[in-house]
Amino acid sequence: MSTRRFRPDRDVEEWSGPVVRYDLAKEVTVCFFVVLLLVLGFSAIFSSPDDKPITIKSWSTARPLDFVQTAITELDGTSATATYGPPYNTTPGAGQKLGPVSLARLAGAHIPIDTSSDFVIRPLSTLPDSPALDAAITRYEASPASQQTAWDNAYTAAAAKATFDGSIRVSPGRYGPVSLMMADLLDMARSGALDGALTSSPQLYGTDYTKPLLFIADGSYMNDVAGARHLHGDQWGMMNETGNFPGQAWLWLYTMWYQIPPYSTSSNGDVLVWATMMLLTLLLILLPFIPGLRSIPRHLRIYRLIWRRHYRSLSQQPSEG
Amino acid sequence: MTARHLSPDDGAARQRAAAAPDGLRPTWTGRLRGRAVAALPPDKLLPDTQPAYVASWVYVFGALTLAALAIVVLSGAVLALKGPAWWHVSSVGLFFNSVHLWSTELFFFFMVVHLWAKFCMAAWRGRRRATWVTGVLAFVISIATAFTGYLSQQNFDSEWISTQAKDGINATGAGAFWNVLNFGQMLMWHIVLLPAVVGLFVGIHVLLVRRRGVVPPFADDRAAPSHEATATDDGASAAGEGQPATTGSKGAWQ
Repeated sequence: MSTRRFRPDRDVEEWSGPVVRYDLAKEVTVCFFVVLLLVLGFSAIFSSPDDKPITIKSWSTARPLDFVQTAITELDGTSATATYGPPYNTTPGAGQKLGPVSLARLAGAHIPIDTSSDFVIRPLSTLPDSPALDAAITRYEASPASQQTAWDNAYTAAAAKATFDGSIRVSPGRYGPVSLMMADLLDMARSGALDGALTSSPQLYGTDYTKPLLFIADGSYMNDVAGARHLHGDQWGMMNETGNFPGQAWLWLYTMWYQIPPYSTSSNGDVLVWATMMLLTLLLILLPFIPGLRSIPRHLRIYRLIWRRHYRSLSQQPSEG
Repeated sequence: MTARHLSPDDGAARQRAAAAPDGLRPTWTGRLRGRAVAALPPDKLLPDTQPAYVASWVYVFGALTLAALAIVVLSGAVLALKGPAWWHVSSVGLFFNSVHLWSTELFFFFMVVHLWAKFCMAAWRGRRRATWVTGVLAFVISIATAFTGYLSQQNFDSEWISTQAKDGINATGAGAFWNVLNFGQMLMWHIVLLPAVVGLFVGIHVLLVRRRGVVPPFADDRAAPSHEATATDDGASAAGEGQPATTGSKGAWQ
């Protein structure tokens, strides 16, 4: 066995001093009941938040024009989801980069979503007894892309000035089959049928809400509701919770990066924040192995407060020799 | 206050614990028992003494963290008994959800105080690096566990958090396989996979604390200059010049 130089931030002088009585089982038991009492008290006094979720139905009922203006962007492929890139689609140039590498593009589009088909045409195709709608869908799908784009663009412009009086009202124009498709999609949404169509799976039990959540997030409604509840990213976003609850306060550092440049201004902000957090987490895990960092506690000297009785007892001992 | 000096012979203890009663070669089970008993004899596993320097309320935060974790698990088990929709329609369910929430909040509060206290003590010293690493890993995985819990609430919070969080996770490429918008996937991670990993790391962490003991204080730098000291290769201990190296010589708390 060889020896090496003693390093105070890595090695210890083994304790050969006195020991005192200690009751581990009693400490754990008392701690459990103290914490239980605290938890029951907090639960009885403050309860927990449970704000109703936004559904396609509640969104299209509360803000039908926002729904239609979003739906047309899903049909023409210009929505946030349609142009998102990986993992939903392969939009050229999409996907944040860490230096020269796009990790998202390397992972690929494993959750393929075609908003035109998945959010609009396929759900509309499930509506029964609607020959006019079936004909409109057939006409739209059979038309060349340039014609579809012309109809979509015309309807997008009209939807921005549309009104709603129980049905969507747009000024007369060359919308082709799109006008009927959007009107029926709105009716479907307001009935609740679109929620079901977007979560349907080959099995009876659907548990994947990717499509309705992306559709809802593409609109303005959820964003506005979240802003009113102080949940936006620039309001320290995800770490907050509805109401006056502490939320995920332990995400403060992660959320903090989103408030400051370059993270808050970069188009690659998300991946930069994650890279920073991964690096900091790795440093924390490996702290005992990193010279310099592992010396910080010794220089901070907070340990003298924790072990003040020990140091006081040392100072009271008669010096040897 | 009484002094107590133990110097268990690990090898002998292991042999005694592993020995087959009929004198035959020890079985795998016997050897495993031997190693376990040598590493964690009963007075290490459940000690009734501790070094005199363990005299601060900050030491209680480790036990408080474990207590809060136990309540998190118990309240989560009650919620699991009735299914994920129960607490939205039942006042009793809402109460248990509140217990789950507040025990989680306290769990993180206690754990963060515990972590910073251990940082201030440089508690990785003296072969305790694995104790630190498993503790931090338990903390990091607990964050992921709590996060999936927030995603599994089926209310506006979970909707908003998932649609916001997807951008960060998708940007790393992980979103292709770990879809925060998939309620079923997140619920399974929250109630099965991640708690199992947290439990594993917390268990290893606690056993390491019992095996290695509470880190001793730094030498008193206000006292007269200390003699030159050396450490053994494994960093287990150090002895003053002229004193024997103390590898494997650990007190009852070690």
